[in-house]
Amino acid sequence: MTLESLNTLITLPEIFLLCMACAILVIDVFLREEQRNVSYVLSQLTLLATFVLVLAGRTDQRLLAFNDMFVQDALADTLKLFILAIIFVVFVYSREYLRERDIFKGEFYVLGLFGVLGMMLMVSSSNMLLLYLGLELLSLCLYAMVAFNRDNGDASEAAMKYFVLGAIASGMLLYGMSILYGLSGSLDITVIAKTTIVGGASNIGLVFALVFIIVALSFKLGAVPFHMWLPDVYQGSPTTVTSYISTAPKIAGFAMIMRLLVEGMGGLHGDWQMMLVILAVLSMGLGNVIAIAQTNIKRMLAYSTISHVGFILLGILAGNAVGYAAAMFYTLAYAMMTLGGFGIVIYMSRAGFEGDQLDDFKGLNQRSPWFAFMMLILMFSMAGVPPTVGFWAKLAVLGAVVDINMVWLAVVAVAFSIIGLFYYLRIVKLMYFDDAIDTQPLECGRDMQLALSTNSLAILVLGIYPAGLMSLCVGVFG
Amino acid sequence: MFADWPLLSLTVWTPIIGGMAVLFSGDKSDTMGVRKLALVVSVITFILSIGLYTGFDASTANMQFVERAEWISTFKIFYHLGIDGISMPLIILTTFTTVLVILAGWEVIQKKVAQYMAAFLIMEGFMIGVFAALDSMLFYVFWEGMLIPMFLIIGVWGGERRVYATLKFFIYTFIGSVLMLVSLIYMYYQGGSFAILDMQNLKLGMTEQTLIFLSFLMAFAVKVPMWPVHTWLPDAHVEAPTGGSVILAAIMLKIGGYGFLRFSLPITPDASHSLDWLIILMSLVAVVYIGFVALVQKDMKKLVAYSSIAHMGFVTLGIFIVFQIWANPSNVNQAGAVLAVEGAMVQMVSHGFISGAMFLMIGVLYDRMHTRQIADYGGVVNTMPVFAAFAVFFSMSNTGLPGTSGFVGEFMVIIASFHANFWYAFLAATTLILGAAYTLWMVKRVFYGEVANENVRKLTDLNQREFFIMATLAVAVLVLGLWPAPLIDVMEASIQNLLHHVAISKL
Repeated sequence: MTLESLNTLITLPEIFLLCMACAILVIDVFLREEQRNVSYVLSQLTLLATFVLVLAGRTDQRLLAFNDMFVQDALADTLKLFILAIIFVVFVYSREYLRERDIFKGEFYVLGLFGVLGMMLMVSSSNMLLLYLGLELLSLCLYAMVAFNRDNGDASEAAMKYFVLGAIASGMLLYGMSILYGLSGSLDITVIAKTTIVGGASNIGLVFALVFIIVALSFKLGAVPFHMWLPDVYQGSPTTVTSYISTAPKIAGFAMIMRLLVEGMGGLHGDWQMMLVILAVLSMGLGNVIAIAQTNIKRMLAYSTISHVGFILLGILAGNAVGYAAAMFYTLAYAMMTLGGFGIVIYMSRAGFEGDQLDDFKGLNQRSPWFAFMMLILMFSMAGVPPTVGFWAKLAVLGAVVDINMVWLAVVAVAFSIIGLFYYLRIVKLMYFDDAIDTQPLECGRDMQLALSTNSLAILVLGIYPAGLMSLCVGVFG
Repeated sequence: MFADWPLLSLTVWTPIIGGMAVLFSGDKSDTMGVRKLALVVSVITFILSIGLYTGFDASTANMQFVERAEWISTFKIFYHLGIDGISMPLIILTTFTTVLVILAGWEVIQKKVAQYMAAFLIMEGFMIGVFAALDSMLFYVFWEGMLIPMFLIIGVWGGERRVYATLKFFIYTFIGSVLMLVSLIYMYYQGGSFAILDMQNLKLGMTEQTLIFLSFLMAFAVKVPMWPVHTWLPDAHVEAPTGGSVILAAIMLKIGGYGFLRFSLPITPDASHSLDWLIILMSLVAVVYIGFVALVQKDMKKLVAYSSIAHMGFVTLGIFIVFQIWANPSNVNQAGAVLAVEGAMVQMVSHGFISGAMFLMIGVLYDRMHTRQIADYGGVVNTMPVFAAFAVFFSMSNTGLPGTSGFVGEFMVIIASFHANFWYAFLAATTLILGAAYTLWMVKRVFYGEVANENVRKLTDLNQREFFIMATLAVAVLVLGLWPAPLIDVMEASIQNLLHHVAISKL
């Protein structure tokens, strides 16, 4: 085997990211406390450069590397670009927040970069082993990041819960994978795909493996009834970490579903479709109903995430290109909305004050009309009210289920979205109709203002002209 | 040279972009500048919409001023605008009312002026978009989008129970419209197009039609609002600021009626036919029962709100009575169907003027006295003679006095109802008695008699701005009442065409 046959060149962005993450880890050791900004800037430059590398290497073909372990295709490229861009914004949001809490450390960014590497491997894997490695790399970074503020009891508790439940989920995944390996004799997803098509649903062993894998995927995405970790982790983590966990990893999770369920076990579509229907209905229902009872916005957004996951599953369960494109559109829209939502929470916070209670949003329109307006856009987008991107995302997934003659499911989905409307409107009510309790001035740096405004306005602009993003998603599966 | 302009797009987007400009200029410039800018934008929009009337060809039922551009190719959604004789009068009603609403908030609104003005302008653009959209998704975007400014208007500048009222308003309307969305998506996958005109020609079975009809009914009945889903309206009206009430009554309610004409009838003609009894029943209940409810109101705004529901009952009655007219065996020459729908349309436009005027009238009193309770007034005519003259005039037109626009629409619908069934006409005509009873009784208690208390004695009469608003509306009501022909001519061809389409079964 020669080096050329490994086709390493297409993994250049990943290799670059790995090298830079290691380099930043080393450089950070030699920096004095007041120079910590260097690590931040280097991390951001790394993300930018990786973005450029992915962009430059984009291809419509399906290319394989490392003995068919690593795949580069349109899906992988597109998702990687979004992951990189979103984490870039997460880092912008994080700087002041971390500094105000004396945890502005290089390790945060290094862990973040390794997490990105894990996600990039997940979206590019055509082998279950690589998929698992990517997932574990990401998860371990996330566990550490959740506990980053180590003196905080809530954060430590959240990290512990996350770690234990995450480990169980990983175990489930490995168990499912090992059954698949036993039945097909290979870890290669394309080989497994052939087995599932031939064996089909009659093979009880395959269905058994499928159940384990679906359970694991539901754990990672936070679909009901495997969602228990999510609200606690979202609430307990430092808000910057929450904004990390809730955005890009969901995109990677979507990729994991595409690789495992659609590419690997497409032959069992009839089986996983019904499982996903149940998960989707439960997630939309439970997420939207319980969110109403929350008084903490991070927790509320956690339940809102659960309901959004339900909507994403609607697109996937359709089992055709229209549905996958819809689910991808929804995932990307969701990631942008949630990023903005937690961005506002970070904006509200200051040293010694988290600003994550719903009551903290009272009278935001008096204190900061501009960002109240941004939050208004985000909330209406999450509720799926036009003209925001959230509406088109809902339209796309509803269209996907109507397309496969499951109109009843579309009706159920809109019924739950009405319930969901209430708690999003409540935020708008607090911001616009109530008087402020907290009257401290809200301040943040130029970079954060710019990023937060761009983030929110993108939701509006994509709502007015969603065609570009939509055809991008369709193109991936076309 | 104006012929090449995308006039319809300009009418839709001028207020939206103008509203954005108002919003962003808010923090820096003085509030008077903001008010003037908002007024200029609304006047420009009104002038643009006049161009829609002058350039309109009333002899054809085809869509005019059509603009069509690809918007979202994945779903074959087009930016597709166009108007016919049904939508054009409503657009002009919208632009006209918005100018008055901006003026009405001139001095009263002191809190967050820029946001107030911007909300009304942006909402104006969305509402025009609803009437002009020929793609159902574009329609839906405007339809839902206009809820956002209204939500804020009631919630921020409203009365004491504003939060309750505005949440109720938003959730009611949202519940109604999401099922319509599912229906639209369903029809897209049946026919491969989101265009409203394609949906009108789409063949649908009876079960499908019935379900689609019911989902449309939920959306539009909430908007109209029809009994029994009307309960949000009195709350929203009472708590909304004057301008919000005016827009709600004058335009938003019309969007429900417009939806029946544009979606329900032509897309599901057979279901409309088989379920017409339901709509007629709901309409007559609105006319009779809500009329009695209005009679016992102690709050002026609530009274006018209930009277709006009763009057809108005429609109839905006029729209759906056509099936009964056709079915009536003794009505050999099928007369009256066109009259009924025209009556409904005239009633919509006329009610836009009259209810707007009624709410502005209450606004004038409220600005001075800060109470809407009828019991707090009495003898206002002694201190505000000019205002009382206008108030009596508008109240008379609200009861349907001949010579005012209120008479024309009601009369047409009642006459048309006779072609269907005597008892429909009889029940509908009770509104002339009930309407007179509740409106004139209110006038008597508020305006006549001795001066009730010191507050009334201190009242000052209309200022120039208020006089201008009242006079403009009075002229509109009179012109439409004495000479409704221009309005009827404009919509004649479109309504003929609509009924021709509806008469053909899709089965």
